[in-house]
Amino acid sequence: MAAAAAVLRHLAPLGHRLTRIPPHGCAGGRLFQHRRGLRLSAPAAIQVTVRDALNQALDEELERDERVFLLGEEVAQYDGAYKMGFAGIAVGAAMAGLRPVCEFMTFNFSMQAIDQVINSAAKTCYMSAGLIGVPIVFRGPNGASAGVAAQHSQCFAAWYGHCPGLKVVSPWSAEDAKGLLKAAIRDDNPVVMLENELLYGVPFELSEQAQSKDFVIPIGKAKIERQGTHITLVSHSRLVGHCMEAASVLAKEGVECEVINMRTIRPMDIEAVEASIMKTNHLITVEGGWPQFGVGAEICARIMEGPAFNYLDAPAVRVTGTDVPMPYAKNLEDNSVPQVKDIIFAVKKVLNI
Amino acid sequence: MLKMLSAILSRVLQRPAAAAAVGKTASRVMVASRNYADFANEATFEIKKCDLHRLEEGPGTTTVMTREEGLHYYKTMQSIRRMELKADQLYKQKIIRGFCHLYDGQEACCVGIEAAIKPTDHVITAYRAHGFTYTRGVPIREILTELTGRKGGCAKGKGGSIHMYTKNFYGGNGIVGAQVPLGAGIALACKYFGKNEICMALYGDGAANQGQVFEAYNMAALWKLPCIFVCENNRYGMGTSNERAAASTDYYRRGNFIPGLRVDGMDVLCVREATKFAAEHCRSGKGPIVMELQTYRYHGHSMSDPGISYRTREEIQEVRSKSDPITLLKDRMVNNNLASIEELKDIDVAVRKEIEEAAQFATTDPEPPLEELCHHIYFNEPPFEVRGPNQWISYKSTS
Repeated sequence: MAAAAAVLRHLAPLGHRLTRIPPHGCAGGRLFQHRRGLRLSAPAAIQVTVRDALNQALDEELERDERVFLLGEEVAQYDGAYKMGFAGIAVGAAMAGLRPVCEFMTFNFSMQAIDQVINSAAKTCYMSAGLIGVPIVFRGPNGASAGVAAQHSQCFAAWYGHCPGLKVVSPWSAEDAKGLLKAAIRDDNPVVMLENELLYGVPFELSEQAQSKDFVIPIGKAKIERQGTHITLVSHSRLVGHCMEAASVLAKEGVECEVINMRTIRPMDIEAVEASIMKTNHLITVEGGWPQFGVGAEICARIMEGPAFNYLDAPAVRVTGTDVPMPYAKNLEDNSVPQVKDIIFAVKKVLNI
Repeated sequence: MLKMLSAILSRVLQRPAAAAAVGKTASRVMVASRNYADFANEATFEIKKCDLHRLEEGPGTTTVMTREEGLHYYKTMQSIRRMELKADQLYKQKIIRGFCHLYDGQEACCVGIEAAIKPTDHVITAYRAHGFTYTRGVPIREILTELTGRKGGCAKGKGGSIHMYTKNFYGGNGIVGAQVPLGAGIALACKYFGKNEICMALYGDGAANQGQVFEAYNMAALWKLPCIFVCENNRYGMGTSNERAAASTDYYRRGNFIPGLRVDGMDVLCVREATKFAAEHCRSGKGPIVMELQTYRYHGHSMSDPGISYRTREEIQEVRSKSDPITLLKDRMVNNNLASIEELKDIDVAVRKEIEEAAQFATTDPEPPLEELCHHIYFNEPPFEVRGPNQWISYKSTS
């Protein structure tokens, strides 16, 4: 096993470059404070990019369970893209007891392999009446990048979120990336993890708790990134950041937005959204994907069907990508994805201000 | 021990005397019932030489089959034959619905393969899967009950004809060619776990032209995966003959840089020896190998295909009379004193009875309870609610 494992278990390039926030005072002083039982300095949170957080997660899970291994396009030393073939190989390996992490260079390429993701991975547990599980993770960048045009910019949250048998997660921060990837690898079901290329280099604060080797984020639970009282903004992936920016701009005008980071697309934590609407009475969904049959459409439909409907003081509204194949020119591209100003505009419309 | 021997000896010596005493009737009785000790224990058979691709030598041209093996192969092939014919009948009665791709004619393939591999090896095939489902260990009753969509089916009625599974058998796959990369992945797991197991990844002559098959060939060869790619060439991909579908019909060579064998798929011993050879190749770490089994299906592609618009009745009849795998085995056994015609007829009767009883169960077992509609969506998951056709209907899902 050792030889085969050595060949097959490749890590994405590790190169951790961690920037530590220097603790207050000198090391000796800190020690003294600890012995005294006083905690005068902040817990050791650090800044970590999403990329590094993902690598940490992979690193830790590879070490924890020797059945976990990586394969994919441009992973470690295997160059080349053999999409449908390697996705099928990954699923077969999972059926036979391994725990593959299958990387797509982008989820656009997964369209070629989507048959293996849906028909071989998602449905097999059901078709076999629970005999065969498929503990696989499909991960890779999803949605719009920068200047890569129509064939490389599509968001697949709605496509994968549509299918029973799959779990679909969509991280925003480094903490999301690490916790969700670890949870996905430990989950006995096929999990699609929709990352975002533009987020890979962005640093986020990683709490001491999140730095732990056992830090996992439960799949199927949303997070309230910012408390608010006037309106609920629900989003996933990169646009959570846009919502946070819009919220801080609006705060200066006295509008307090509650920002919910969905974290998981399927199974969706609609209860978190409902609880928020019962507090704020207004809803906007924000996503990068196209409007028709999208994530926001699903959230709005469920809210209508549920107890939160009676708490809405205005119709729920969606902010989405423009309904067009992604253009190349920068100005056109900028107007094909939601910008902070578009979110602010929608908030003011909904609140009638 | 000595006491036993002397007891046997005295009994043997006494018999002729007893027969003489009783007279004519006794001797008639003796002639009519043949003592099984009269049969040979084994015999040597000649089998067709396999065509080779990138191989210096192939499987041998003779092999030994014991009486016990022969009886087992005969019973298994006959069981599959009768099971498939019963499925045909039930389908025409509309008790089986949807897909039904029958395997009659190809029995030597799955039986020969199973004879050469271990239960700990792995098999995955496409939709013509009932034969393999049986040889991999699922009882006839559970196969037929799955076909009739009842709760006693091997997939509890959730899968149907093309989604049957058991330990080390991964179906039953509906998307043409998709099972081939899956099989290579299973082989990857075999290599990873290092327990000397191999995977048989089967596909048809139609699927042999699929792109993902070549992707799987490439990676299996690159990583030296212990995968036997088996092309069950039954001459037709649905209604399209080999010649109309493939630029090269030498399916055993299509692996290019992967060695290959072309095998007489109607001869269970030929299939067995070829599989043994291929398994040895994989287990010794040489990487994948391709095996083309030249076989034939009597039925059309599926139950909605009469099977005579793209081939002649004469062709089907010729294969039946000259190359039927069960007849071939029967003749071999009888001509080499491994069994008698009566004995094999007894097996036929027993098999028919078993199939009848299984069919009886399959047609009377209740359908799966509605409460179980949404079970097994996830594996090893706490229970959760699933939305029904409207927001007021929900089902519980457990793993």
